[in-house]
Amino acid sequence: MTTLNIDIKEEQRKAQAEVEKQGLRVLVCCGTGCMANGSLNVIKKFEELGANVSILGDYEKLTIVPTGCHGFCEQGVLVIIPQTHTAYVKVKPEDVEEIVESHIKGGKPVERLLYTDPKTNQKVQKSEDINFYAKQTRTALANCGHINAESLDEAIAVRGYEALANVLKENNPDAVIDTIVKSGLRGRGGGGFPTGLKWKFTAANRGGKSYVVCNGDEGDPGAFMDRSVMEGDPHKLLEGIAIAAFAIGADEAYIYVRAEYPLAIQRLRKAIKDAEERHFLGKNIMGSEFNLEIHIKEGAGAFVCGEETALMASIEGERGMPRPKPPFPANKGLFGRPTLINNVETLANVPVIMLKGADWFASMGTETSKGTKTFALTGEVNNTGLIEVPMGTTLREIVFDIGGGIRGGKKFKAVQIGGPSGGCLTEEHLDIPMDYDNLTKAGAMVGSGGLVVMAEDTCIVEVARFFMNFTQNESCGKCVPCREGTKNMLKILEKIVAGKGEMSDLDLLEELAVAVKDGSLCGLGKTAPNPVLSTLKYFKDEYISHIKDKKCPAGVCTAMKKIVINPELCRGCTKCARTCPVGAIEGELKQVHKINQDKCIKCEACLNGCPFKAIGKE
Amino acid sequence: MTEDKKTLKIDGKEVQFTDEPNLLEVIRKAGMNVPTFCYRPDLTQFGACRMCVVEVEYPNGRTVINSSCTMPPEAGINVKINTERTRRIRKTVLELLLANHDKECLTCDKSGSCELQKYSEEYGIKKIRYPQMQLEDYVKIDESSPSLVRDPNKCILCGACVRACTEFQGHSVLGFANRGSKTMVQPLAGRPLGQVDCVNCGQCAAVCPTGAIVIKSDIEDVWNEVTNPNKKTAVQIAPSVRVALGEMFGLKPGENTIKKIYAALRKIGFDYIYDTNFGADMTILEEAHEFVERVTKGENLPLFTSCCPAWVKYLEDQHPDMLKHLSTCSSPMSMQSPILAKLLPEQLGCSREDISIIAIMPCTAKKFECKRSEHVMDGHPKTDYVLTTQELGRMIKSAGIDFDKLEGEEPDSPYAEYTGAGTIFGASGGVAEAAVRTAYKYITGEDLADVNIKEMRGTSNRSKSVEIDIKGKKVVVRVISTLKEAEKAIQEIKNGTANFQLLEVMACPGGCINGGGQPISCDNSKIKSERAQGLYKEDAELKDRNSHDNKDLKKLYDEYLEKPGSHKAHELLHTTYTDRFAYSYKNMNK
Repeated sequence: MTTLNIDIKEEQRKAQAEVEKQGLRVLVCCGTGCMANGSLNVIKKFEELGANVSILGDYEKLTIVPTGCHGFCEQGVLVIIPQTHTAYVKVKPEDVEEIVESHIKGGKPVERLLYTDPKTNQKVQKSEDINFYAKQTRTALANCGHINAESLDEAIAVRGYEALANVLKENNPDAVIDTIVKSGLRGRGGGGFPTGLKWKFTAANRGGKSYVVCNGDEGDPGAFMDRSVMEGDPHKLLEGIAIAAFAIGADEAYIYVRAEYPLAIQRLRKAIKDAEERHFLGKNIMGSEFNLEIHIKEGAGAFVCGEETALMASIEGERGMPRPKPPFPANKGLFGRPTLINNVETLANVPVIMLKGADWFASMGTETSKGTKTFALTGEVNNTGLIEVPMGTTLREIVFDIGGGIRGGKKFKAVQIGGPSGGCLTEEHLDIPMDYDNLTKAGAMVGSGGLVVMAEDTCIVEVARFFMNFTQNESCGKCVPCREGTKNMLKILEKIVAGKGEMSDLDLLEELAVAVKDGSLCGLGKTAPNPVLSTLKYFKDEYISHIKDKKCPAGVCTAMKKIVINPELCRGCTKCARTCPVGAIEGELKQVHKINQDKCIKCEACLNGCPFKAIGKE
Repeated sequence: MTEDKKTLKIDGKEVQFTDEPNLLEVIRKAGMNVPTFCYRPDLTQFGACRMCVVEVEYPNGRTVINSSCTMPPEAGINVKINTERTRRIRKTVLELLLANHDKECLTCDKSGSCELQKYSEEYGIKKIRYPQMQLEDYVKIDESSPSLVRDPNKCILCGACVRACTEFQGHSVLGFANRGSKTMVQPLAGRPLGQVDCVNCGQCAAVCPTGAIVIKSDIEDVWNEVTNPNKKTAVQIAPSVRVALGEMFGLKPGENTIKKIYAALRKIGFDYIYDTNFGADMTILEEAHEFVERVTKGENLPLFTSCCPAWVKYLEDQHPDMLKHLSTCSSPMSMQSPILAKLLPEQLGCSREDISIIAIMPCTAKKFECKRSEHVMDGHPKTDYVLTTQELGRMIKSAGIDFDKLEGEEPDSPYAEYTGAGTIFGASGGVAEAAVRTAYKYITGEDLADVNIKEMRGTSNRSKSVEIDIKGKKVVVRVISTLKEAEKAIQEIKNGTANFQLLEVMACPGGCINGGGQPISCDNSKIKSERAQGLYKEDAELKDRNSHDNKDLKKLYDEYLEKPGSHKAHELLHTTYTDRFAYSYKNMNK
């Protein structure tokens, strides 16, 4: 047992008292998405009006709290008034006066700014009843959107640094590792490696210099859970890093953040400075023997730097190229020293586990995957945004409950899970409990948690081409299978979507995909063929119709699209001929028109403009 | 001490291993092999080409595919070299590389010794099913270097050159640029190789598995001289050539073929055959004299040897303030050539124009050295052409000579004799050893009782410190190969911790025997040591082992050069250096 010179409970009481003093809290989302939608202007407007205390009615004081991301980005700017459980969506500066007048002063919610349920078309009065939030369980994201991300006090008020204080007091690093092992936490960055085991391996090398590296190089297109944690609850991440460093015996840590996350970097920098000032980080933390210096390393935005060995090479100032494993970072990592490298979300789970216990965490999830997982839900669903659900939640719950179903009443087709390294899942997978093992079995992966929902009008071959284009551009170029293999897979896919594919291309594509998966040096190459392999498995027909029938069933691939005029419906109004930008439509007034296929560029301007719906795609 | 032997299985057969750094070495030790492009025992493991992949079966039944060059051996595992999956990966790698390769094999410098060609043949790649390199994909060939030609269209990005440059010479002239399929190896800042701080050591070419970096050939020019009836050709052969050239004709590394080389050169049509060993003896007389003089005066110590043109350029580029340490002696080649240039016309009664002086060197940087403005004499370069060992081998082949069957011959007088001290110039430590033998004589008036200074020898240790007792006077000699190690010694001098008086530097690991112009065999570090052994063997067998005992050389001094360090000697045998810092990348970066 170590006696600490900081009583965290006392600090908590003080911080909570400070928060109490804030009076009526109005939370305005200041995540990157909402800021782009103008949340700073909303805050400005609030402050202008809030200066006039007389408008406050029953409330003594009004405090506008800029928070991190709420996750419901497409509805931004989000303004939440916790006291009345009210969530206002798509708030503009010009709405602020009404919120103040009607809600704050008059106690009457502004109906028009409430969220409309896409299924029932009803306004939702309470924030927790919004289907997007209702089915979520937030652990890593628990405080995101609920506290002022830039205030250490607010973090302390919600039990920030309490877990660290307990750990330092007990002074038993092995017990910390045991708790993490018991919790069943697995790496949230993609691999799903048991976190406790990784800590154990690294801790086996205690004694000399070792490092903790936090991987915040979130590169999957559309994924932003790590950014949200860093922007919305930076102290939780710092606390997680500190606990990990204490457990493995490190006194230096790096957070690798992509330079494209300036807000995250700015808030982390401030959080580190604030925490150091209060002795929650730095030398002799809280009066213990434990020291920790945390550095921030800005990545230059190479996707491959999310691969742990490339990331470490990048921190060392080398070209971000993966190194072969073994040796594993636990034995020989950053600067050749034992290194624990964990993803942001993984580390953000640590303080919660230490506070609430391994059993509590393990009570959520499935047999092999415990706790909750964040997903970045995007694509053709009604509600897009960042969600956190218990492991084992089914795709159906995510897409149809949280996501509110497919946009525009279209038919569900597939989801791409795990970003460019993941795979496509179809209707048949809607009811499997999503966890590491089930997803891998189905040919996808949890990955960082990107979840792109596709509807019937998405061309699956084009999706495979899109992701292959991404991985090819982001390949580091070191090993042959990844560098040359992804290039050639992309070439084959481009050939198919251009309508020039041959049946032998499918065999070649599959053969190449398997060789790249087997032969590549790092995780990027090993998983790059996943989108191709899974779509070949579940949507081979669609590939075949591109090749044999020269048809894109979803009507997406331009090369195979044919715009035709139905002679029975055409009245010869000439509108289409006048609309066509390339003069591809011929016909006399009141005569049936015809499209010259050689000239047509398939822009669909005629189709959208035809008053008689006589033009269609073939 | 009992050796700690562990056992693993290769294709089911038990194999013992001890301290092998990786599975690939265990496989090789067991008499098997796995193809590889990027693995070089002397360089760090890279794991990029994926040719050496094996399936590893753990006792618990788990199977992984990984590159054997990066996997540490582990007791109890079963390594499968040729499985359906590993062969498919290798074949895919080959097919992909060939699709993106300039396949002008017939006109490629590496045709016949190209590893890509070899493995493609072995793996039966008969058809390339992927889209092939297009005309617009071609990158310009870089011929700006005096020593090397870079053809990025033949590069397979194994990274061996990048690693050699960084790990041997320490200043990373070559590096990777761009990413994905646009990745390429480029000289610093994307400049041509001739415009960066490249020291022309040629180690990049020596480790290149394909024709992406090759030696700039002067063969045709030399043939033109040889076949020109109006020209007399005089040729000299460097020490290291004799123990390596045979490899190109199926002989063992280290086998001394010098007499056959004399014969082959005569058969090709060279008129006068000399041995650079003679020049090396001359260098020792001058350099030992210079060393004794500096020690006596206490000036500009430590003295740096100056035989290695890559080392000289490195100092000129990076540390011009250190040039005063560098011996003013020209290299053996650039001492022997001016003597030939001066004296041959007199002897033959012709003019310098009628004579072509050619040097056969293990070294690509010598091609740069012979073009230095300091080595222009009477309007001519002291050495007209430099051919590497590789180029000579090719000339012998194209002349239709059955090298192995040649009867040995002798070099031409009057510079035919050489001593063992001259021979060992080719190995790291040899120049210093030879210099100490003669310096000892200069200082004490006596010969060393035992001329073998074994502490200076050996190709694996790249930095050795040897203390010599010259009748009570202690002299510390530092023997270094690779510029990376040399840089450390320079830093010692700069920060005042250097304790040595003589510094021998050879830029290539192990010395000239492993020069960039030698037959390509860097796949096996054993070869270096065998070549060095070949030189030390000749040294041991020669009657005279001290340069000052060379009678032909004595005669030359008596009749022409007067004495070491004379005005005449300075005029012909010494040189000056150029401060190139202004053009170096270090300066550009400021």
